[in-house]
Amino acid sequence: MKPAPFAYADPDTLEGALDLLARAPDAKVLAGGQSLMPLLNMRLARPPLLVDIGRIASLRGIEAAEDGGLVLGAGVTHKRLAHDPAVRERWPLLAQAASLIGHEAIRARGTLGGSLVHSDPAAELPAAAVAADAVLVLESRDGGRREVAARDFFITYLTTDVAPGEVLTAVRLPAPPPGAGMAFEEVARRSGDFALAGAAAVVALDASGAVREARLALCGVGGTPVRAAEAEAVLAGRRLDEAALEAAAEAVRQAVEPEDDLHATAAYRRHLAGVLAVRALRRAGERASGGGEG
Amino acid sequence: MAGEELALGDVEREVRFTLNGRPASARVPVRRTLADMLRDDLGQTGTHLGCEHGACGACTVQVDGEAVRSCLMLAVQVEGREVRTVEGLAAPDGTLSPLQDAFWRHHALQCGFCTPGFLMTADAFLREHPEPDEEEVREALSGNLCRCTGYQPIVEAVLDVARSRRSG
Repeated sequence: MKPAPFAYADPDTLEGALDLLARAPDAKVLAGGQSLMPLLNMRLARPPLLVDIGRIASLRGIEAAEDGGLVLGAGVTHKRLAHDPAVRERWPLLAQAASLIGHEAIRARGTLGGSLVHSDPAAELPAAAVAADAVLVLESRDGGRREVAARDFFITYLTTDVAPGEVLTAVRLPAPPPGAGMAFEEVARRSGDFALAGAAAVVALDASGAVREARLALCGVGGTPVRAAEAEAVLAGRRLDEAALEAAAEAVRQAVEPEDDLHATAAYRRHLAGVLAVRALRRAGERASGGGEG
Repeated sequence: MAGEELALGDVEREVRFTLNGRPASARVPVRRTLADMLRDDLGQTGTHLGCEHGACGACTVQVDGEAVRSCLMLAVQVEGREVRTVEGLAAPDGTLSPLQDAFWRHHALQCGFCTPGFLMTADAFLREHPEPDEEEVREALSGNLCRCTGYQPIVEAVLDVARSRRSG
């Protein structure tokens, strides 16, 4: 349970980190270390060089953008996401998702960028980013800067669109739909465990209480977060009554393709996805109509 | 391993930091965890190692006042920072801190293996949340595993400290 030997560099500028990564394509980026350190300790990862980006102050910003959205530095910790006033006001979905990650000591170190790039299929923040229509900013020394929509970023288990030499530097969240309510619901076997499944919902209603826009993303039910487009379409223009919620749950159950593992069968995960979709949509709807904290 | 990539970083470093209020330093291979430096290089064996992958909480220490897993940090990452371990809780004359004293009075430990992690977690928690209710205490302690006590006396000890602060 000790890491294999590696070399370590902790540049204090992004340029320094990108230069190192361009010269060492097999290097691993160390952010908060809450996923990478276990992999190193168990020798499931044996990188020749660790580039620690924890000293780069420019990656830790939380900016309330003029368009009503947010620009979050990749190095923002889960603990800050959970408590930051701007995040809680504009994208409470991200704050709720972050507060469900691991435990306080994990949230104190783990980062937004680390969670997205590690891309565990059961992780909360990837699903929240997909529901939020987030745009991820990737930078490299030789390729410059490019932006990828969250829904195109996750490829399969633990695999993303990040190319060798690239670092995820920021996450841009657009302005939420006006008056939207949001909710993240999950079921885990024990407090702080990875979720068996989770659901992130964003719901905006019109004056009559009908759904103007509904967004739903799930985690734990496939290799990547799943955006439930069919369920969203089912809800459009309808009131969020039991019949509408059940129709959305059925669309979710048909759309997801979970697998069996030690913790749950595929059938149970499919069932859970429907249950969590209903819980998240209902709560988001209540918050949209002024019934909750937003 | 590519020699060229090794040359882009350090394989060994001198780490200087503050440990329980005093300057400390050690020369360590960069792959050494904070937990191993505390125990093996500095002889501070109050910090215990259980799972070594962040699940059990036994190795919890405080870095700049925040509870963290010392098995999930590299020693070199505490350069210039303030580290507090269970050795820093009691007064120099051995008088227990109020939290340690409450653990003792409530029998909040049996074998004691998990206790340093619980103490450092609860100590940081009480600083950030001076008046928690039971649910908040249980949530705060949920990242620390204890196989002896059933948790009830640990929760009671932490609530006892919170209560006595309120009345005192």
